[in-house]
Amino acid sequence: MSGDNHGDDGVSRRKVLECMTWAGTGVLWTATGGVPRSIGIIDSAEAATAAAPGMSFLQISDSHVGFDKPANPNALGTLEEAVNKINAMPAKPSFMIHTGDITHLSKAAEFDNAERIISQTKLDVHYVPGEHDFIDEEVKLYRERYGRGTKGHGWYSFDAGGVHFIGLVNVVDLKAGGLGNLGAEQLAWLEDDLRGKSKSTPVVLFAHIPLWTVYPQWGWGTEDGGRALEYVKGFGSVTVLNGHIHQVMQKVEGNVTFHTARSTAFPQPAPGAAPSPGPMKVEDARLRSMLGVASINFKQNEQRLAIIDTPLQG
Amino acid sequence: MKTLNRRDFGFDLGLALAAAILLPATKARADDLDVHIDNFVFQPAELKIKVGTTVTWTNRDDIPHTIVSAGKFRSKTLDTDDKFSFTFTNAGDYKYFCSLHPHMTGMIKVE
Repeated sequence: MSGDNHGDDGVSRRKVLECMTWAGTGVLWTATGGVPRSIGIIDSAEAATAAAPGMSFLQISDSHVGFDKPANPNALGTLEEAVNKINAMPAKPSFMIHTGDITHLSKAAEFDNAERIISQTKLDVHYVPGEHDFIDEEVKLYRERYGRGTKGHGWYSFDAGGVHFIGLVNVVDLKAGGLGNLGAEQLAWLEDDLRGKSKSTPVVLFAHIPLWTVYPQWGWGTEDGGRALEYVKGFGSVTVLNGHIHQVMQKVEGNVTFHTARSTAFPQPAPGAAPSPGPMKVEDARLRSMLGVASINFKQNEQRLAIIDTPLQG
Repeated sequence: MKTLNRRDFGFDLGLALAAAILLPATKARADDLDVHIDNFVFQPAELKIKVGTTVTWTNRDDIPHTIVSAGKFRSKTLDTDDKFSFTFTNAGDYKYFCSLHPHMTGMIKVE
């Protein structure tokens, strides 16, 4: 929960601050004046229609291609279902962001399989790595595929539809007892990247592990994430997207909206709701309601982002 | 927790005789110890062992883990049911962690 209560935006803002959601089904989010609001549970067709005006992009996360345990013996199959869902959207998003854990064990065949399915969207995909994509011995498979044109371990920025997007890597050089880690080199680059940008430029930061502290007991946070958030503090609209925790979670702090996407592979428990953050086994009928994709819609000249989570099955 | 090492059953008669003569080595092997990973936790989290002991880690989670002690040893990524063994030949405190989930930490004290 946020400890930030010094805002002057009135009751609705405070209500949002009090409420961190772990929704199990699709929820349509709109953002007014930087404050996201849940409209209700919707199906994917309605979500796509609602998202039609303005620039929209899609977030997909935690595909874990190669995972074959009882929580979901066919992670590649559910990724394919997510891709079919994307291809069926009536309004095609401008591009896609993948917030890491594309693979389960960083194996070449896993990267190949993920690529084969994800490329069926025919969308540009901007990746950041999860810790599962960085476990081959020389940590080269991810970088060979997705690292071109990136800095350091794979961080970069780009502009689209008037929004400045920044992909960060917080899964490298993790310290014993610690959380996710950005590191001094990346933070210096980030500060430099933002220097001179107009404060009215909407900024979207995306990384695998949450940049905010969700639940440190399970390592769900980034040690030096606060430093990155300092650099974007003055901007009017900041959206922080991540994966890693396999469930929808949202928080608003000042002008910063934090949002976590579902996995397309398997659900994980709510913080502290189980002995560990390991894959959550649910009945087959329920699994697809706990997996999915998110689309984010930005309306030109309005400080407004609508985030729509779509489960594979309502 | 003490376990019988599978290698103990692999001797032919000649090797068994040699093993009987090399009693101290056999005894050390009988002290070999196991650490399990269950629910993102090393169990036991701390072990006290004697020099020459081999510790074997087994990952019993559905998620891969590693065992890393900075500058001392580093396992490959252990998938479900994979094992990693290390023989401690020097006394000292060996702090270790999972490089994928750094909140997972453990300690081997070697006397």
